Amino acid sequence: MSEEAVTRGTGRGTRSIPPIELTDAEAGAAVFAGSDSRSYNYFTPKGRRATKYEDVTVDVQPDPEVYLTQGWILGWANGDIGYDPSWTSVKVSDWHRFRDPNEEWERTLYINNSNSVRQFQHSIENAKSENVFQDWNKSWVDILARHVSTWAHADQGLGMYVFMPAQRAAMSNMHNNAIAVNCMHKLRTAQDILLYNLELSEIFPDEFDGSVHQEVWMNDPSWQGVRENVERIINAKDWAETTFAANIVFESLVGELFRSQFAMRFAPAHGDYLTASLIGVSEREFKDRDLAYTKDMLRDMLEDEVYGEENRQLMQGWLSEWLPYSLAAARGLEPIWSETEVQPVSFEVSFGRVKSRFEELLSELGLSVPEEVTI
Amino acid sequence: MARRSVTKAHNKIQELSWEPTFVEKDPKYKTDYTLTKGSQKDPMKQIMQSYFTMQEEKDHRVYGAIDGAVRGNMWRQVQPRWMEWQKLFLSIIPFPEISAARAMPLLTEAVPNAEIHNGLAFQMIDEVRHSTIQMNLKREYMKNYIDPAGFDITEKAFSNCYAGTIGRQFGEGFITGDAITACNIYLQVVAETAFTNTLFVAMPSEAAANGDYLLPTVFLSVQSDESRHMNNGYGTLLMALSNDENKELIERDLIYSLWNQHAVVDAAIGTFIDYGTKDRRKDRESYAEMWKRWYYDDYYRSYLLPLEKYGLKIPHDVIEDSWERIWNKGYHHKVAQFFATGWPVNFWRIDPMTNEDFEWFEHKYPGWYNEYGKWWEHYSGLSEPNGHKPIAFEDTGYVYPHRCWSCMVPCLIREDTIMDYVDGQWRTYCHKHCHWTDTVAFRETYKGRPTPAMGRMTGKREWETLYHGWDLADIQHDLGYVRNDGKTLVPQPHVIFEKEKMWTTDNTRGIEFQSPNVLLNQMSDEEREKHMEEYRQGFTINASL
Ligand SMILES: [Fe+2]
Ligand SMILES: [Fe+2]
Ligand SMILES: [Zn+2]
Repeated sequence: MSEEAVTRGTGRGTRSIPPIELTDAEAGAAVFAGSDSRSYNYFTPKGRRATKYEDVTVDVQPDPEVYLTQGWILGWANGDIGYDPSWTSVKVSDWHRFRDPNEEWERTLYINNSNSVRQFQHSIENAKSENVFQDWNKSWVDILARHVSTWAHADQGLGMYVFMPAQRAAMSNMHNNAIAVNCMHKLRTAQDILLYNLELSEIFPDEFDGSVHQEVWMNDPSWQGVRENVERIINAKDWAETTFAANIVFESLVGELFRSQFAMRFAPAHGDYLTASLIGVSEREFKDRDLAYTKDMLRDMLEDEVYGEENRQLMQGWLSEWLPYSLAAARGLEPIWSETEVQPVSFEVSFGRVKSRFEELLSELGLSVPEEVTI
Repeated sequence: MARRSVTKAHNKIQELSWEPTFVEKDPKYKTDYTLTKGSQKDPMKQIMQSYFTMQEEKDHRVYGAIDGAVRGNMWRQVQPRWMEWQKLFLSIIPFPEISAARAMPLLTEAVPNAEIHNGLAFQMIDEVRHSTIQMNLKREYMKNYIDPAGFDITEKAFSNCYAGTIGRQFGEGFITGDAITACNIYLQVVAETAFTNTLFVAMPSEAAANGDYLLPTVFLSVQSDESRHMNNGYGTLLMALSNDENKELIERDLIYSLWNQHAVVDAAIGTFIDYGTKDRRKDRESYAEMWKRWYYDDYYRSYLLPLEKYGLKIPHDVIEDSWERIWNKGYHHKVAQFFATGWPVNFWRIDPMTNEDFEWFEHKYPGWYNEYGKWWEHYSGLSEPNGHKPIAFEDTGYVYPHRCWSCMVPCLIREDTIMDYVDGQWRTYCHKHCHWTDTVAFRETYKGRPTPAMGRMTGKREWETLYHGWDLADIQHDLGYVRNDGKTLVPQPHVIFEKEKMWTTDNTRGIEFQSPNVLLNQMSDEEREKHMEEYRQGFTINASL
């Protein structure tokens, strides 16, 4: 090709291709004011240097308190603006401080969730190829249909109608992205459980009723407290309160009770190690990730030098509001502990464990069980 | 997972939804539309188990390409003219992306169809992907391009620049006001279905022609998620159409959305594509040609028109008026000229146009030189600091424009400007459709019916108001558009990377900045009428300075 073809963009024959030029426009090719300014400089990193998570997350949601000089330009008839501070009763001096301890952004969230999906699917594949199902206590199969599957509704409700709206409303991109990832954990888990249900329908065509979970969720007395608790959180509007009610109160008292005290302990007692490991995926996700960001987010509010005490009182109020529902939901599940053929642990012992962990969690946050509530 | 089993799995997860019985649903986000529980299906049949691994695989390819570009020193061949506009484009676009994620619960509350909710959840997290993957692309530009200034202040600059505000309505429109207006019509039916092609397909091809193959890698990967979002929107639109009570609102929202996004997106992308490129092959498509193909033929003729049989009333005149502005009235040429006039308060550089550019413009847009050529020659002549002021403050004959209260792009097609006394002040609008948007659409009633859910325009909508009477150098410091030596400006009217040729606040001190809207409101009625009459007549660029 002629020199003309390279610089003027003519291709072979009549083809036309863009001219490519060497421009020497790479970093360091010239030195001038600002030529070395190679990090985002409009926020203070949490550590010594900004992480990639911070770079791609911090302050993509602007704020009239910081740089947004023209303010939000669209709002509602009642005067609410794009991200309205009145959407939570929490007050903090600086909404831009919080960082997700899990440092989730698009790349990590796809890797982490894909790993969970693979772990789930490999466990099922292995179990199928070894046909471990023949060793299961047959009475347990019905418990999987009636109760373990039913838990999927709680995850679906929280994911779709609690965390999804909460990620719309919080006061920074750091809060909202962390909550959005939490939303996906719940929705994925709900689907994981139902796809497991589908597998069990094929493995136990006669013993396993694949759709009974819908009837149980709507009408079985053991589950009505759980459903009521979820529905009430769905209808609340303060994004910090719903995240608190879901992750601190409901998940600790009801989620952990069902996942780690019931499903993960009762399954092996019936020869079923598979369910324990499947439910373990979401249990770990909650403990290692969703609870971790929630605690950091709340600590940031509770340790605020100006509003910390006010926020503590507010959260005490939330405990008074939400604890009774979650305690009722947890106690409502008690009959399940005696429906199984084998009972490795009593309901009182199970419930006692989650209650004492819950009290530890509260004291870590500087909160306590309100006097009027007996747990 | 095999396709058959995905279908089976997708049917299975429909068992997850239920009707709450312990509480009466009280939505936080309201709509004035009436939607009845429909039987719309989610045609994409996505489930989490295949979704996450599919996206992870797409990411592998994107990050592999980024590694390749860095190791292969792509920046030796990128055109600074192009990269400089990325400082603006990539400051804006991650916000609309993340706003699309935030918009999804508006629809889960307004649309009584759980199967559609499932599709919205994927869209939510796709949009988190788009926002952060674009922030990461910008970060690579900052680390590797010769001049990082402007990338380094990106989100701050997005927040306080007039151009950021224009772009911001493209995201704020997704998340405020009536849930269906915002999230279905403005976001899904118009932004995603009509404009993502120009944004995410036209931009990549121009980037590649300017030596940048990272933007195509990232944006085509982003675009591959969009067909799902268009499908989400289509289902909801059909639900809305099935109820006659909604027809007037759909018509209102289409006029608003089509016009507003023409005003905003064509202003920005038209400028980037036609003024941000060095590729002047006569057979490469101009923005007008791309618009005709992607918007007019693909969207208008192939997507919107067939919806007429379902009773959709299409505002044909709005689409024709958009084309009229692009083709006959030089809309994006006037926007580019305005951006270049305003260079001292930008946070990116704007390269002067050369004879080769002039030739291309004349070929693509006959008559271009007569209208804009002389002014660009002045711009070029004033681009290096030689004792003169920035072009906006030299007498070229150009009249600094009023701003449109609705779309916030200035009223650049002077003869179309509308002035009106609204909500206790004099406002200007770039076109009758923008006047209608403020005075008719964003109001408490529409054609006699109450519209309590409809959004409201708020904020300090004329950027210049913030700095009326300020010294230009003080404005630049206040904005933070000064480099780390404390005086060299971030913006420059050229792409020369030599210390001696860069403008500093020494060159801009002593120049007073004024707000056209403040001045307009200070005038007597008589002065104002006369002023507006003259404004509508336009201006003539002086032959010499
Ligand atoms: Fe997107
Ligand atoms: Fe999208
Ligand atoms: Zn306008």
